[in-house]
Amino acid sequence: MTQPAKPDLVTVNVDGREISVPKGTNMIEAARLAGVDVPHYCYHPKLTIVGNCRMCLVEMGMPAVDPATKAPVMDPATGKQKINWIPRPTIACATNASPGLHIRTTTPMVKDCREGVMEFLLINHPLDCPICDQAGECRLQEQSLGYGRGYSRFIEQKNVKPKRTQLGPRVTLDDERCILCSRCIRFSKEIAKDDVLGFIDRGSYSTLTCYPGKELSNNYSLNTVDICPVGALTSTDFRFKMRVWFLKQTNSIDTESSVGANTVVWSREGIIYRITPRRNDEVNDTWLADSGRVLYKQVRTENRLTAVKVDGQPSSFDIAINAAVQLLKGGDVAVVGSGRSSVEEQFITKKIADSLKAPAYLVARVGEGDKLLISADRNPNVRGALVTGLINALPEAKLSALGRAIDAGQIKTLLVLNEDLTTAGLTTEQLAKVAIVYVGTHADGTSDAARVILPAHTVFEKNGTFINQQFRLQKFHAAVPGLAGTFNDLSVLRKF
Amino acid sequence: MPAPEQRRIIFKHIDEPGYTNDIDCYVRNGGYEVLKKAIQRKPEELIDEVKKSGLRGRGGAGFPCGVKWSLVDRKSGKPIYLVVNADESEPGTFKDRYIIHQDPHQMIEGIMITCFANNVKQAYIYIRGEFPEGARILEKAIAEARAKNFVGPNILGSAYGCEIYVHRGAGAYICGEETGLIESLEGKRAYPRIKPPYFPAVLGLYQCPTIVNNVETLCHVKYIAEFGGAEFAKIGTPNNTGTRILCVSGHVQKPGYYEYEVGKITLGQLLNEVCGGPLPGRKFKAVIPGGSSAKILKVGERYKGKRKVGNDMVDYDWGIEDVPMDFDSLAMIGSMGGSGGVIVMDDSVNMVDALANINAFYAHESCGQCTPCREGSLWMKKITTRMVHGDARSEDGALLKNVADQIAGRTICAFGEACSWPTQSFIAKFGDEFKAYPQTKQEAKHGGLELV
Repeated sequence: MTQPAKPDLVTVNVDGREISVPKGTNMIEAARLAGVDVPHYCYHPKLTIVGNCRMCLVEMGMPAVDPATKAPVMDPATGKQKINWIPRPTIACATNASPGLHIRTTTPMVKDCREGVMEFLLINHPLDCPICDQAGECRLQEQSLGYGRGYSRFIEQKNVKPKRTQLGPRVTLDDERCILCSRCIRFSKEIAKDDVLGFIDRGSYSTLTCYPGKELSNNYSLNTVDICPVGALTSTDFRFKMRVWFLKQTNSIDTESSVGANTVVWSREGIIYRITPRRNDEVNDTWLADSGRVLYKQVRTENRLTAVKVDGQPSSFDIAINAAVQLLKGGDVAVVGSGRSSVEEQFITKKIADSLKAPAYLVARVGEGDKLLISADRNPNVRGALVTGLINALPEAKLSALGRAIDAGQIKTLLVLNEDLTTAGLTTEQLAKVAIVYVGTHADGTSDAARVILPAHTVFEKNGTFINQQFRLQKFHAAVPGLAGTFNDLSVLRKF
Repeated sequence: MPAPEQRRIIFKHIDEPGYTNDIDCYVRNGGYEVLKKAIQRKPEELIDEVKKSGLRGRGGAGFPCGVKWSLVDRKSGKPIYLVVNADESEPGTFKDRYIIHQDPHQMIEGIMITCFANNVKQAYIYIRGEFPEGARILEKAIAEARAKNFVGPNILGSAYGCEIYVHRGAGAYICGEETGLIESLEGKRAYPRIKPPYFPAVLGLYQCPTIVNNVETLCHVKYIAEFGGAEFAKIGTPNNTGTRILCVSGHVQKPGYYEYEVGKITLGQLLNEVCGGPLPGRKFKAVIPGGSSAKILKVGERYKGKRKVGNDMVDYDWGIEDVPMDFDSLAMIGSMGGSGGVIVMDDSVNMVDALANINAFYAHESCGQCTPCREGSLWMKKITTRMVHGDARSEDGALLKNVADQIAGRTICAFGEACSWPTQSFIAKFGDEFKAYPQTKQEAKHGGLELV
């Protein structure tokens, strides 16, 4: 792989500190690199710049040059080049670093600007914090504390706006809380390519709304909730469920497809409440599909397998393992691995297949790619199966070869890892011809036909790695302990 | 010193008996002769004439027109557009509508000369939504001019062609801001653009280089093309060349529009002689000299300092009546020439009521894009409305000023200044009235004006 060319660096000065930043970096990012926080609301690194919140106002200066000779003008007091400071504040989001750029963020003018904008944003903002879902991760709260005056001079009536508009099936809007930063509008237009949001009315009465007759229903609508700096856009699923400061954050990977979007799983006392994207500019920027956010619901569903069973009867783990080992020792075994298993699990599966001299199959899962964060390959880890050698070629759409082998009586026993064979091209008649050892999470046609059932963990209950479509090795971590009656896949496979 | 005579260049035929707004009348009076000569010349020559003339934009900012034209990016290979700003919305200003209503061909000729000089192939007239009659007149006038081959392809048998389109606004003050206007013309909400990078001269309409000029400015261009930039520069005063239409409204005997050489008439002459002085039994109290967003001038205050006359710096010590009505003098005394709307208030006016009215306007017209103006303008309105119709507090004046200070200089467009300057200047000059307002209300059972 070729290395990207080293970007041109320019030296800028942030609050007296010199720092080299890539050319084209805006002042907010340049200050961030210098360890200086420039508060902002409307600016988002992945969206176009509109400069409407005015929170990022800073003082900007450029080295003085003689207009005629272009020679630097020196300041005799310091012996350095004189800096011409612009008397008006400048928005840091819309100004890019150029050689010699000077930024001041601690002057009385900047402080006054921030206090002013904070006050303006709060005068018509409802005091919903005690019941607002955003509380605890609200930019308005944080920056009010960091940069606000701490008291109010506003004694007039606040504006009244709609409090609970359903923008779509998954997003609820509270217009009173909206600070009109337009991030959600820009996201819908620029990233989701579904330009349905906009403002109506004017001035302080401006109101975010959906285009008449349309709704915010695309599969990326919940990203607007993530980027909303305040509690205006809330997830209908998560709304009023849990205070965010109680939640534990665990890094994970989206299992919807081979894109492998990076996620954070938010849980408390063993229960998951939501999944949000984690920034990775190489994979998913800061986005995540809505469909990937509800996957946690598979942890606690009616059809979750929580009981070890042998021949339909509840059994103990050791007895079931013994029964499984006996079946596998009988010979004529085939292994059906999974593109949803971790690299580690696939590695052991490959070892098992080798020791049993059993052919290994993988279930393909293919859909339509959305050209954003869901690829056509709907398995998160087919690349892992290739890397570990579990398979040597991309899996076929259906397990027809395995079906023919069963029909021909060449296969007597199947070790199946969390795949429903009835949806992968095998018939119940074919399944009836073989003894199945099933290591999986949910009840399905295959577990119904299995001789031995060993309940396993979902991706949220175990550690591991996936290899995404870019052959990027990505770790996921256990967010919650395994459900009672389930076992870690690795500890099961290790017994075979 | 008696007031000088009016010098009507742009308003030459306005209100002239028998003068109609059709093309025959215009041509009878020598119309389109300037265009015929202009297209025989080199475009660069025309631009030079405008530069030489020192013409400053008549829309409000007073930016030199020639400089504006020279900033246009002519190397990008993109088309250059001309946008005529006919969104005359500044309270107190009513000059462009008379040009459009009574002498539209003068403007169209100015547009065509400007387009030819700048190699513009498409011009848009963005006309205020509240001017339906003006829009109809312009459509008709353009059709007439097209029929006579003054507008359209290959005008007057030359290789040059240019189309003019009329676009009606939907009724928003912010559309007078040039980048807001461009957004509106593109079919979007009129949110002014951030500058940098979206300077119209480089990234204007459809991201192409664009010239935005006021109606009156373009009429002056026609005059400059006729008589030459040097001749034009002789009119008025140095750096404030040409004539200016002053729209006087409020408490004077004869309000109306008057065209004078820039800087040749003082505010005192204008109000006392031209406009006939105050109403019977009243006294002038304050004047807003350049449209409602200009800072107010108080009768009785003195302005002192040094100013440039020729090559010398001379002291000046003016009362409000001594101030020459030009861009530089009005800027020097802390206000502005703006759009030429002179609003006069006499001693019957309570300044809190007046400010409440102005604030109501700006709160209604703030586009709502950026925080300080969106929230600040409405807050100021809420304060002044409460003062007039509810409980006034003596500390409200100080709060108002502080809110205004948090807006000016921190917004995307000049609306931030436009909405905060009235408050800042009213409080600075009439702070006592604001402080005493609770008392005034109690004593006089002061009703307060109905706000718009």
